[in-house]
Amino acid sequence: MSALLEATGVAVEYHRTGAPPLRAVDHADLTLARGEILGLVGESGCGKSTLGRAIVGLQGTTSGEIRFDGRPVAPLGLRRRPAALRGLQMVFQDPYASLNPRRLVGDQVGDGFLLGGTSKAEARRRAGELLERVGLPADAVKRYPHEFSGGQRQRIAIARTLAAGPSCIIADEPISALDASAQASVANLLVELVRELDMGLVFISHDLSVVRQIADRTAVMYLGRVVEVGPTRQVWSEPAHPYTKALISAVPRADGGGVLPVELPGDVPDPSRPPGGCRFHPRCPVALASCAHDDPPLAILRDGRSAACVLAK
Amino acid sequence: MGTLLEVEDLTVWLATRNGPRKAVDGLSFRVDSGEVFGIAGESGSGKTMTAMALLGLLPHAAKTSGRAVFEGRDLLAMKPRALRDVRGRNIAMVSQDPSTSLHPMLSIETQVTEHMRHHLGIGRSEARGRAVELLSTVRIPDPERALRAHPAQFSGGMRQRIAIAVALACEPRLLLADEPTTALDVTVQAGILRLLDRLRRERDLAVVVITHDLGVMSAVADRICVMYGGRTAEVGPRETVLTRPRHPYTRGLLDALPHPEGGAATLRPIPGSPPSLGAVPGGCPFHPRCAFAVGSCQEERPEPVLIGTDHRVACPPDPLGGAA
Repeated sequence: MSALLEATGVAVEYHRTGAPPLRAVDHADLTLARGEILGLVGESGCGKSTLGRAIVGLQGTTSGEIRFDGRPVAPLGLRRRPAALRGLQMVFQDPYASLNPRRLVGDQVGDGFLLGGTSKAEARRRAGELLERVGLPADAVKRYPHEFSGGQRQRIAIARTLAAGPSCIIADEPISALDASAQASVANLLVELVRELDMGLVFISHDLSVVRQIADRTAVMYLGRVVEVGPTRQVWSEPAHPYTKALISAVPRADGGGVLPVELPGDVPDPSRPPGGCRFHPRCPVALASCAHDDPPLAILRDGRSAACVLAK
Repeated sequence: MGTLLEVEDLTVWLATRNGPRKAVDGLSFRVDSGEVFGIAGESGSGKTMTAMALLGLLPHAAKTSGRAVFEGRDLLAMKPRALRDVRGRNIAMVSQDPSTSLHPMLSIETQVTEHMRHHLGIGRSEARGRAVELLSTVRIPDPERALRAHPAQFSGGMRQRIAIAVALACEPRLLLADEPTTALDVTVQAGILRLLDRLRRERDLAVVVITHDLGVMSAVADRICVMYGGRTAEVGPRETVLTRPRHPYTRGLLDALPHPEGGAATLRPIPGSPPSLGAVPGGCPFHPRCAFAVGSCQEERPEPVLIGTDHRVACPPDPLGGAA
């Protein structure tokens, strides 16, 4: 199976004046197949958004390679993007900020078709079809973003993404800004679209329970690294990395049991000064003495799983 | 365990461009001393306005009616000056976002000791000593040094711990926590929930936790009130409400959650969206979104009725009664 998206050894550094560069992503590896949903989870500051932005080319990389459909992804510059990269699109977190408040919804969705070389009338007609596809009334074309709720705006943003005819979507916290009931319906829409259009989806989220529900595979990031990847069910039922385990047991369950979630002591370390050895060792409940100096790479286990831990089998 | 706070028929009108609109509509509940009482609901259900009404911190031109009796005094009838002595001393608040609730340019010491000195009239050095104790209670490493630091030098979770220390400074009897962990990562959230639980045990502190997250409710609350459209849909013991809900809205909220065992790939959202201020439907506010609505739901405003031990539900047709 050839991968739709392949990121190998990606590193992203943010340069800051008067301070050492901050390595937000450090040797992260990811692959995504067609028709697959990959959940990317981790605490804030772990680099999951930066990695997402690097994958679509919104953020330059320091090293590593990103390939989409076999072609390298170059960072977005002042020039027009190569047509082949139109298939790689992004959905942002905040639909209040990602839509232009002064342009008609139909025009914003139609842009994708216009850039693909259709006529204005055709773009508007197809924008209407797309808006209906994502569950909005057809007259949404002639309305402005402020007339819609948060969940509906996110549907508009998704329709706009679809106008480019993508084969891969990177969605960065696409439901975090929405109400509980809107969250479920927007998540369902994304899943439906992936299945129907045979796209790939990287679903970046801090909400582990949603990822558990919709993702085929889950990747867990810690301090700029992918520390565990595998089929969602297995990652949840028997996490191979102690960090994954800690993350999962911190999620409270709404079962009425009155069970307090398990606390992971300590804070995420400053990414500009990551600890030596395994980056998780200062917070790891099962760390060995060797973990303070050996930095384990992401190693392949069995059943399509990988983990970066010396104890993982 | 006596009753610490008794809210009866609380109604809050907010001033809008189209005149006053009800944000909270005839809400009644009680909080016992030493218990964690949860208020759940989607945005716009009136949860935050309830807390603000108790503290006298409603927006300009808002009006209230009803009673909120705290230690024998009606908070809603108190003069602003008298309420100022209660607020921060007997009732304290922790808000959602510690990066806005702490002052960015004042030292932690100033912020933790400020109302200790104001309310309790103690001197600087005594206040400082108590601040060190408080910071170690909320598990801030190296409290002495932390006092000299500023909020920006701490992570989000540490800032929320400091905000809790500020709230606890005058040893309040009641803590109102409005979405105290929503802005935090799950691992950090777990620590804050454990902290709140420990505090109420050690200090006999009553906590009102306001959150939309039923997982958080399940972890800390003793009793839960589910609000919809400014009214109580269902209120009762944690386990009863979360495992045997009798109001279709509670059921819907639980069904919309990702299932703990995964499996089924689709989530079950509640159709429609919550009503906005001033557009709450007549009759049962939930009836347009309810799968079980019958004709009478459109006309009659249901009141919460006692149906089991300390369990009240505002749904006269009771479609879930048999299924439970």
